[in-house]
Amino acid sequence: MDTIRTFFDMGGYAAFVWPAFVVTAVLMGGLFAWSRHALRADRRTLDLLQQARRDMRSRARGTAEGEA
Amino acid sequence: MPTMHRFANPARFVRISSALLPWLTVAMVGFFGAGLYFGLFNSPPDYQQGDSVRIMYVHVPAATLASGVYVVMAVASAVALIWRHPLADVAAKSSAPIGAVFTLIALVTGALWGQPTWGTWWVWDARLTSVLIMLFLYLGYMGLWQAFDDERRAARAAAILALVGAVNLPIIRFSVDWWNTLHQPASIIRADGPTIHPDLLMPLGLMWGGFLCFFAVVLIVRMHREIVLRRIQALQTLQFETAAAVPQEA
Repeated sequence: MDTIRTFFDMGGYAAFVWPAFVVTAVLMGGLFAWSRHALRADRRTLDLLQQARRDMRSRARGTAEGEA
Repeated sequence: MPTMHRFANPARFVRISSALLPWLTVAMVGFFGAGLYFGLFNSPPDYQQGDSVRIMYVHVPAATLASGVYVVMAVASAVALIWRHPLADVAAKSSAPIGAVFTLIALVTGALWGQPTWGTWWVWDARLTSVLIMLFLYLGYMGLWQAFDDERRAARAAAILALVGAVNLPIIRFSVDWWNTLHQPASIIRADGPTIHPDLLMPLGLMWGGFLCFFAVVLIVRMHREIVLRRIQALQTLQFETAAAVPQEA
């Protein structure tokens, strides 16, 4: 128990050491999560647009064949 | 520049970098795991600074890479301006938020280290001020990309700002030698070798490796996103043009 307390106390510098690591983790973790989330969301949008374009083309082909 | 142009194809870049991504992520987790273990549990406190020296394990990698990312951004901007390499703009734009985060971490952890070590959170000395200017350069660069509707004009303006701002890099590097600063001079990359004990240098090296892999991983993810965004934009333009070309039914 004392070992854990000593560890978290950081020789009396806990108020400086832990915030430094927490701020680093939050900022880097946040950037990582945001970047991945944005990539996934935009990939979904691109898939939808590509699907819509394929549908439009096949409809256009269908209409052209029907007229011929 | 045959090698450079071999990677100019975005599809090829996405294929190669997607294969690298899992390995870089594993390396990042490994470096951070080992770095945190040695940095927080298994390394001695400094004989003068005590345990506050452990802030170094996040401050120094963040600060060195803050400048390092700026170099990447400036070189990519130069390549984009001179050779119109299609991925250079993407690389420069994607680097900026990572560099800004590293700079912010360096400033915040520096303040948290400064208070117990120097007795102050902040001083307007040459090192701290020039790093603060770098944060504003990153933010200004990101702002410029948003300020133009025309992507090409935005890329050009942002690239010029990145290159002009590169003047700040040697100022940051040599500020501790040129002026009398509260910030200490270099203690790792020196002509006469590092002045830090190996017990402290090892966790620092591991954390540095973790930060470097983080940069590579997030840069790849952000570049992939930027390529996807450009495809979305191209498709939307194409659909708009197709819709405009088809005569409206009466």
